[in-house]
Amino acid sequence: MKIVIVGGGKVGFTLATQLTREGHDIVLIENNREKIARMSGLLDIKMLYGNGASLGVLREADTHHSDLLIAATHQDEINMMCCIVARKMGCKNTIARIRDAAYLEQMYLLKNELGLSMTITPEQITAREIFRLMQIPGFLKRDTFAKGRVEIVELVAKPGGLLDGISLVELSRKLKVKVLVCAVQRGEDAYIPDGSFVVRQGDKIYVTAPSTDLAALMDDLGIKQHRVRDAMLIGGSRIAAYLTRMLVKSGVRVKLLELDARRAEALAEYLPGATIIHADGTDQNILREENIERMDSVVTLTNMDEENLVVSLFANKLGVSQVITKLNRTEYTELFAGSGLDCIISPKQLCAQAIIRYVRAMQNRDGSSVLAVHHLVDGKVEAMEFNVTESTRNRGIPLKDIQLKPNVLLASIGRMNRSILPGGNDTMELGDSIVVVTVSDRVLLDLNDIFAEEER
Amino acid sequence: MNYRKICNIIGRIFWVEAAFMLPPLGIAVYRGEHASVRGFLIAIALLAVLGMAGVFLLRPRRDSFYARDGLMTVGLAWILVSFMGGLPFFFSGSIPSLVDCFFETVSGFTTTGASILPAAEDMPLSDMYWRCFTIWLGGMGVLVFVLAVSPKKGSATAGDEIHLLRAESPGVTVDKLVPRMRQSATILYTIYIALTILQVIFLLSGGMSLYEALVATYATAGTGGFGMMNDSFASYSPYIQVVVTVFMLLFAVNFNVYFLLLIREFRKALCNQELIAYLGIVAASIAVITWNISHMFPTLAESLRHAAFQVASIISTTGFMSTDFDLWPELSRTILILLMFVGACAGSTGGGLKVIRVVILAKAIRRAVLQAVRPNSVRIIRVDGAVVDEDTVRGTLNYFAVFMAIQFLSVLLVSIDNFDFVTNFTAVATCFNNVGPGLGGVGPTRNFAAYSDFSKLLLSANMLLGRLELYPILAIFVPSTYKK
Repeated sequence: MKIVIVGGGKVGFTLATQLTREGHDIVLIENNREKIARMSGLLDIKMLYGNGASLGVLREADTHHSDLLIAATHQDEINMMCCIVARKMGCKNTIARIRDAAYLEQMYLLKNELGLSMTITPEQITAREIFRLMQIPGFLKRDTFAKGRVEIVELVAKPGGLLDGISLVELSRKLKVKVLVCAVQRGEDAYIPDGSFVVRQGDKIYVTAPSTDLAALMDDLGIKQHRVRDAMLIGGSRIAAYLTRMLVKSGVRVKLLELDARRAEALAEYLPGATIIHADGTDQNILREENIERMDSVVTLTNMDEENLVVSLFANKLGVSQVITKLNRTEYTELFAGSGLDCIISPKQLCAQAIIRYVRAMQNRDGSSVLAVHHLVDGKVEAMEFNVTESTRNRGIPLKDIQLKPNVLLASIGRMNRSILPGGNDTMELGDSIVVVTVSDRVLLDLNDIFAEEER
Repeated sequence: MNYRKICNIIGRIFWVEAAFMLPPLGIAVYRGEHASVRGFLIAIALLAVLGMAGVFLLRPRRDSFYARDGLMTVGLAWILVSFMGGLPFFFSGSIPSLVDCFFETVSGFTTTGASILPAAEDMPLSDMYWRCFTIWLGGMGVLVFVLAVSPKKGSATAGDEIHLLRAESPGVTVDKLVPRMRQSATILYTIYIALTILQVIFLLSGGMSLYEALVATYATAGTGGFGMMNDSFASYSPYIQVVVTVFMLLFAVNFNVYFLLLIREFRKALCNQELIAYLGIVAASIAVITWNISHMFPTLAESLRHAAFQVASIISTTGFMSTDFDLWPELSRTILILLMFVGACAGSTGGGLKVIRVVILAKAIRRAVLQAVRPNSVRIIRVDGAVVDEDTVRGTLNYFAVFMAIQFLSVLLVSIDNFDFVTNFTAVATCFNNVGPGLGGVGPTRNFAAYSDFSKLLLSANMLLGRLELYPILAIFVPSTYKK
C-alpha cells in the first residue's frame, strides 16, 4: 500500500521502519531538514521537506493516490488539519494522533466531519496497557489475540521457582492448565523452544494461554496473586492522569506524586478520587515517607527516562512486587536485563503497534490474511494472527504431518468461539484464526509462508 | 567498515559483468574471431571464479552498512570492474599493454570515450561491441543495475542500497522518484532502455546495419562517445548526424524529467530551471558557433548542423565529432572547452560539473556581489521556487573548489610528459569531465597513445573522479576511512 506519514518524530520513525519492512511504500513529510538528512540514510523511503498540513506538500507526496495518511506530528491541530486536507484530496483512510484530552471528547463528535478513520492517543493506550498489567500482577506483558480469547503473557523465571531448570515437556506435565511456551529470551538472544528446551533462572518466557486460564496458571506456577489495592504513580504526566482515572474507577487507592505545584493542583481538580502529593518523586525520603515499600504496585511516569529508571530500581530494591517503568527510548532496554526491571512500557512502540494493527486490518480487507501482530522479546520475535482462507494449503492435515519452516511455531488455533492449543493431531480448517510465532527477521505476509515445502 | 559485505557486493557485480560479456563472446564465436573468443572466455572465467569467492567465501557477518561503506564499495567496484573489463582486450591481444587496457575500459565505464587506439577500425567487432557496451552500462551506473536486478531481500531496512545508489548517482541531491530505491532504479533503467531502443530504430531507418546502430547507440546513450571509425561521425550521412545530435541532447537531460512527463506532470517537468538553463546554454552556444564558423562551410545549414552536433557532443560530454573542430576559430574552440566544464544535467548519463551546480554557483556569485554592496541584506538562493538550503550551497562551492584543485594538480603532473599546455589542459579537462576528445595533441582526430603510463593512470583516475563525483574515489585514498 502507499502510505503517507506526517511527522518524523519517535512514532513516525518507528512506523516508517516497521511499515517499509512489511512492504509498504512510505512517503514521510517532516519539517526539520536535519532529521530528513539523518533518516534518509537509515530508511528506504521518500522524504519530503515541508509542512504536512499544506496542500502543496501533500500533493507532492501523492496523497490523493495513497491508501492511508498517518498524522503523527507533536501538534494535535496540525494532525487534524492534515487529515482534513488529505480526506478532501481523496485519501481514503486517515489516522491522527491526538494527545490533548480536551480534544478527545469531541473527537467522537467530529470524527466524520474531520474525515478520520482512527484517532490514536499514545498516552491513553499506554495507560490502558499499564492498567491491564496491573489487573494480573506477575505478568510482565500481555498481548491478546483472537478477539481477546487468547493471550500471550510474558513471565520471568525466578531463581528457585518452579520454572527454574525445568524442561518444557516436564512443565506441561506439572501444570494443570494447558499452556504453550512459544518464545524464550535468554540474555540478548531469542529462542523458539521445542519440548526438550530447559528453562533457566532469569529467562523470560512467553506463554500462550486462553485468557480464562491465566489466573489458574499463576496458581500453578506458585506465583502469589493478589489484587493490586495500593498503587503509587510517580510523575503527573498525561499517562498518569488517564491511568489514575481507570484505577480509581476499579477501586484501587492511588497515590500520585507530582513535582510541579500548578500541575499537582490541576490534577487534584481533575482526579477527585486520588491522593495527589506535591513533592519530588525522585527523593528517597519522600518516597519512604509515602510508604513506597508498602505499595502493591509502583509506576514511574516522569518525562525523564533516567529518573524513571532510578526510582524503579529503588522500588525494586525495597521489594515492591510490581514495578512498571515507562521509557521513551527503548534502544537501551538490553542493558537492564537482569537488573530486575522487567516491566518496561514504551508509549511510542505501543502507539506504532496500534497503527500497524490497523494497517494490517486494512490489508486484510484487500485479501491478505494477517489479522494482528505483536512483538515479543524487544521485537526479536513476532506473534502474528492469520485467517485460514481458501488459498491456505495443508488444510485438514494433522499438524504432525506438516513440515514447518525452522523457528516457526503454531501457538494457537481459534475455531468458532474457543481456542485450541495445537497438538499433533489438530488440523487447520477454513475460517480458523491461527497464531504463529516466529523470529522477526523473517517476514511472514501470508499463512502459506510458514510451510517448509515450496509452493507447487 | 564491513569489508565482507563490500566484497560480497563486488562479487555479485562481477557476475553481472561476466553475464554481459556473453553477447560479445557470441559475436566473436559467430565471426570466428579466435583471439577474442579466448580473451572473453578467460575474462568470464576469472570474473565467475572471483565473484564466487566474494559471494560464497565472504558472507557478511554483520549487516551494518554506513555512508563510508557505500563510498568505499562504489569506488572499489568501479576500479575493479574497469580492470576486469579490460582483460578481454589484453588476452585477445587487441590492446597489448595492460595499462592501455585499463585506460580504455575506464574510459568506457566512465562514459568518457577517450581512446588510446590509433586505428579503431582495426579492432575485432566483438571487442568493439564490448568497448561500447561498457559505456552503456556505465552511463546509468553499474551498481544501480545490480541493485535493480538482484533478488529482493525480505528483511532489513536496506540501508546498504541507499548508500550505494547515493554514492553512485551524480547530482547535488539524490531525488527518489518513488519511495523505494529499487523501484526508482528500475524506472530509471526502463526509461534508459526505451530511449536506447528508440535511437536504434531511428539509426536503422537511416541505413545503418543493426550492429553499427547498436554500437553507436550504446556510445550515445551513455554519452561516452567511442567511435567505430577514427573520424567518428564525419563520414556518416547528415540524417544520422542529426539523429545522433538529438539523442545526445536527450540523454544529457535529467531523467526525472522523463519520469514526470510519463506521469503527466507536464508543468513540473518543463518549468525546471536546470532544463531551461541547459537548453539556453545549448541554443546560445550553437548560435554563436554557427556565426563564428559560417565562413568555413558552403551553406548556413551545414555550419548549423556541425555547430549543433559539436555543441551537443561536448555539453552532453559524449565526445563524438562530425568535423575536426580543432581547426575552428579560437572563439568556438573556447566555447567548447567551457561547455566541457558545464557538462550535462544532474541525473543524466553525462558528466562535467552539471548544469544545476552551474546554476547554483551563478546564484551564489550574484549573492556574494550583492552582499558586498549591502552587507546586512539577507538573501536566499532558490531553484524552481524552492529554497536551496545553505548546506547544499556550501556543498556545491566545496565541490567546485575540490574540482578545480584536482584539475590544476593533474595538469601539473601530466606536464611531466612535456606536451604543450593546450594539449595537457584539455587532456585533463576532457578526461575529468568524461568528454573524450580535447584540443591540440589530444584533438578530435588524435588520441591519448602518446602519453606515458603514469599519465594514463592519472587520467584514468581523473575519469573515475569525474564520473563518481570525486568523493567515492577520494574516500579510498583518505586514511581516516580505514581508521576505527
